[in-house]
Amino acid sequence: MITLVHFLTLAAILFTLGVLGIFINRKNVIVILMSIELILLSVNINLVAFSSFLNDIVGQVFALFVLTVAAAEAAIGLAILVIFFRNRGTIAVEDINTMKG
Amino acid sequence: MTVTAAFFYLFAAITVASAFLVIAARNPVHSVLFLILAFVNSAGLFILLGAEFLAMILIVVYVGAVAVLFLFVIMLLDIDFAELRQGALQYLPISAVVGVIFLVELVLVVTTYTVDPALLNLPAAADAQPGITNTAQLGSVIYTKYVYFFQLSGLVLLVAMIGAIVLTLRDRPGVKRQDAAKQAARTRETSIEIRKVKNREGV
Repeated sequence: MITLVHFLTLAAILFTLGVLGIFINRKNVIVILMSIELILLSVNINLVAFSSFLNDIVGQVFALFVLTVAAAEAAIGLAILVIFFRNRGTIAVEDINTMKG
Repeated sequence: MTVTAAFFYLFAAITVASAFLVIAARNPVHSVLFLILAFVNSAGLFILLGAEFLAMILIVVYVGAVAVLFLFVIMLLDIDFAELRQGALQYLPISAVVGVIFLVELVLVVTTYTVDPALLNLPAAADAQPGITNTAQLGSVIYTKYVYFFQLSGLVLLVAMIGAIVLTLRDRPGVKRQDAAKQAARTRETSIEIRKVKNREGV
């Protein structure tokens, strides 16, 4: 019998893998963006699992909006990546210090 | 029920394995392909949960649009990935420590809390009559109760689209383009010059 806890554990593992990906690939922006997608996927799994087990459709509505924002974020992130590469010729995160932040 | 459990473990195992390979693969193209595998298997999990619409949207939006966008960017940019991998292992110990702590905490939270059993046996919500598909159910709330949020998400996508276009558009010097307004605005006075040429002298 698959319970809510199974899905929540799976989402926790996915979330951890996403955070770990950000730590491990400190230089590669593309893999960092993909790790963010993994994190958002795990959040979506949580929302849909709760929606299904609590018989409430609102969780799926929220997951839909998360999906929308994730798509917008990927598009903007990759656009910024493209113009950064055009200007600097590299995508190493450690070289991104133009704004002295 | 055992079939459901078997499929859950199948989809979950492949999702976790491919998520691991996304962050561990040496070649970013492989990372994107494993990301697609993770998304497809999560779509399977969503179907197990009864959220068919979101499963299909996940495949259409993520596999069809986002992952292909990643592939395009990786292949269009001439990036030296071998150089980017240099020194990647220097963060491994600290990230392993953080990851293990994080995972243990999350799993402890997930496995020790209990949901009120009364909550799990809730009757279906008022707008969820039996026999209505998941898609119809979603549509019946998105376009009524959450219509403003729906419009707002459309606005987010519009802003993202305009932003991406504005960011990546550039006019390179030295490229000749057709400008219809400029062409239409040409007059006889600005474009031709009449000279009297004397006989037997040339221009």
